[in-house]
Amino acid sequence: MFTNKDYKSDQAVRWCPGCGDHAILNSLQKAMAEIGVAPHQIAVISGIGCSSRLPYYMNTYGFHTIHGRGAAIATGLKTAHPEITVWQATGDGDCLAIGGNHFIHSVRRNIDINVLLFNNRIYGLTKGQYSPTSPKGFVSKSSPFGTVERPFNPAELLLGARGTFFARTLDVDLPTSQMCMKAAALHKGTSVVECLVNCMIYNNGAHSWIASKEDRADRTIVLEHGKPMIFGKDRNKGLVLDGWDLKVVTIGENGITEKDILVHDAKCQDPVLHYKLAMMQAPDMPIAMGVIRDVECECYDEAVANQMAEVQAKSKVKTFDDLLGTLEQWDM
Amino acid sequence: MKQAENCKSVVIRFCGDSGDGMQLTGTLFSNLSAILGNEIATFPDYPAEIRAPQGTLGGVSGFQVHVGTGIHTPGDEADVLVAMNPAALKVNAKVLKPMSVLIFDTDSFGEKEMEKAGYTTDNPFTELGISETVQLVPIALTKLTRESLKDFGMDAKSVDRCKNMFALGVICWLFNRPLDKAIHFLGNKFAKKPALLEANTKVLTDGFNYSHNLHLNISTFHVSEADDLPHGRYTIIAGNKATAFGLVAAGIRSGRQLFLGSYPITPATDILQELAARKDLGVKAIQVEDEISGMCTAIGAAFGGDLAVSSTSGPGLALKSEALGLAVMAELPVVLIDVMRGGPSTGLPTKTEQTDLLQALYGRNGESPVVVIAASTSDDCFHYAYMASKIALENMTPVILLTDAYLGNGSALWKLPNINELPEIHPHIATEAQREGFKAITRDEETKVRYWAFPGMEGFMHRNGGLEKDYKTAAISTSGVNHAEMVKMRQQKVQQVANSLPELKVFGNQDADTLVVGWGSTYGHLLSAVNQLNAEGHPTAFAHFNYICPLPKNAKDVLMKYKKVVVCELNNGQFATYIRSQVPREYLQYNKIEGQPFSVGELVEHIKTL
Repeated sequence: MFTNKDYKSDQAVRWCPGCGDHAILNSLQKAMAEIGVAPHQIAVISGIGCSSRLPYYMNTYGFHTIHGRGAAIATGLKTAHPEITVWQATGDGDCLAIGGNHFIHSVRRNIDINVLLFNNRIYGLTKGQYSPTSPKGFVSKSSPFGTVERPFNPAELLLGARGTFFARTLDVDLPTSQMCMKAAALHKGTSVVECLVNCMIYNNGAHSWIASKEDRADRTIVLEHGKPMIFGKDRNKGLVLDGWDLKVVTIGENGITEKDILVHDAKCQDPVLHYKLAMMQAPDMPIAMGVIRDVECECYDEAVANQMAEVQAKSKVKTFDDLLGTLEQWDM
Repeated sequence: MKQAENCKSVVIRFCGDSGDGMQLTGTLFSNLSAILGNEIATFPDYPAEIRAPQGTLGGVSGFQVHVGTGIHTPGDEADVLVAMNPAALKVNAKVLKPMSVLIFDTDSFGEKEMEKAGYTTDNPFTELGISETVQLVPIALTKLTRESLKDFGMDAKSVDRCKNMFALGVICWLFNRPLDKAIHFLGNKFAKKPALLEANTKVLTDGFNYSHNLHLNISTFHVSEADDLPHGRYTIIAGNKATAFGLVAAGIRSGRQLFLGSYPITPATDILQELAARKDLGVKAIQVEDEISGMCTAIGAAFGGDLAVSSTSGPGLALKSEALGLAVMAELPVVLIDVMRGGPSTGLPTKTEQTDLLQALYGRNGESPVVVIAASTSDDCFHYAYMASKIALENMTPVILLTDAYLGNGSALWKLPNINELPEIHPHIATEAQREGFKAITRDEETKVRYWAFPGMEGFMHRNGGLEKDYKTAAISTSGVNHAEMVKMRQQKVQQVANSLPELKVFGNQDADTLVVGWGSTYGHLLSAVNQLNAEGHPTAFAHFNYICPLPKNAKDVLMKYKKVVVCELNNGQFATYIRSQVPREYLQYNKIEGQPFSVGELVEHIKTL
């Protein structure tokens, strides 16, 4: 049995005081203790950025690599060694800008890694430039007059790349974070947990709409598989389908009862409703948190290993000499 | 019929449209010659376009093979040229030797075809200036092939595609090659297509009989068998395949799983394809989304304890540079194979060049030393791929192996190795002795080689990365003094690899005034040139580099010994630039950047004038 301390390295954590990354690190160490994989069987891989410092703080195998390439390096490690549990720490810039190609392809292959995507909508380590998730019009050092480009929602990319697992959490919401991380670890395939984190220095209030506990109840909905989509301080709000669209209703008004509320099915292969949930935006709709999508699908590392086993069972080439034997050859 | 000419070696060049099957014809003839005891060297020369417009100069595909004894190159000029159309003749006329034999398809020399190939007169032979010097052998290859297959019920297109076999039949007669062996090779090629096998066999046989019955009034050839080869079992192997096999052997001998992360790129793709087929031997070869990922997945696998490899060509090397720097910083063993082609940018994708040397040596940010080695023949790609793996695993360093289009696509006779006789490989894996306080920087203080521990090993957990580490604690460090120490350590680690390298050999006349220096794929041409120079009374010595960084320990002694040193390479002087910095003295240069190998003739001519 392990405790969160077993996953803490002896390195001093150097994120800014008040940074949301601290909370995610704590949640991860607690979640890992519950998941129970021995630290030496775990590798944490990261790219570049504030969040990518995370491996230094984990008492596991860790690899702090280069900008955007964490997914590719994790893919190599996991494909080569499926027996190792691989986590990837990445940020909105690392994952969705410079590393976008590796991200969509790891998702498409469904390689069995767990990705923590720290989304603070800003480049922190380079001191405050806009990121691919910064809202349109966002003023930053590299967009002094506001950005003129449209942001990504990570879930869009993931679903477009046929992703099998997507969850969302907020830095300060430790229970939801741990729940999402555990579900990600259990899921076979590329599990992406979008962690909404605050950057005290360059984008303070990035997620202020949902930051306080009081607001959160009304402004977010924590989805759970098999449970009705009910939220709100008074647990009286719910989601229903109105034509093709999701709509917020109040239980007890206009004849709405709990039975009318949609029940969350994270295991449904069809991604349409997952997409709609993930794309819900303030202020009209609650922000979807928790495990939005968690469907079964063969994962890449397993498929590679299975194919190898099949070939080996059939092939007559068992040794290097057998291989040479397949060549046209003669004595001279 | 003239007497069969006895000769030590003969060069045959097959050329036609890129859809005419010239590569297959050439390969079959090469195999046939080797099986009969000839040494061979081949040179496929094909356009980048898969199917360029028919009959145009840009679509000409060629395959040259040199058969006989004492073969080191595919030959400068052809004794026999097979030209399937006027464009092929026009492109290749310059390689015809005086009194050589030109076999051509008369059916393809119509007005339209001549115009397409840009002839301005109606006599291609006088126009090309070969009518007096070449033995012309006009054969209606197309019509005769159609006649041969008239009862086969095949469509016209498929019938015409068999005319290369008629040409091969003629060549087999010319060189006294028994048809049963050729048919045996065809059988392997068309094992799953019995109808095509039957058709090709028929055309091949008819081509042979046609020449025999006609008693063509031309030279036939009797080529000497190789006499100085060590006894053993042989095959013909292309450089890229030999490279793949070398990696497989190294994986087995080192006890490490072989992992390849790669992205298709001409002319390196064969390595990916060969290794993707080796699941039977437990090779994990994956095609990934881009060149960067090819390198990065390999680094991930190296972090996991594998013999990790990525394969590419020049543009891919550029894309992989940053990741290669990470492997330098993290001190991980990775092998990167660069099958060089003409550059810069997309350049000449199917043509050969040695222009990535400086990129391999220096093309990274920061002080970023890696081991750089180069193969010199298609068959020794096996050896150098094996040695690249051995050096990487034993020294915890990236190794770049440079081959090129000429080596990768060309093929040579290869004596099948006994895997148990290959040098042992001892990966530098951490043991009990290093467990206490193990870190990413735990190293052998003498060699500076760090110990390798990977996920799954209990008690060896550590954090690695691309940030500079403290020499003693492995913690992130921005100290200038520490950085200087780490930079020197990484340099020293690469430099000490020289301790295990073989000495640089000198061939030819050791006491000559002039030393010819080369590296990589020019070996065969340079050796042939030096042999010829010595035979013609021009004393010349020759030193060839396979180990480039670090250099063999005696490199300086060799280079300083000679009055004149001429560095010959297929670039604008990259090795010369490098060697000037390593062993300063005056170096002459001979450079060629035409996308083609040297010719022995031009080397001899030039070196004579020095």
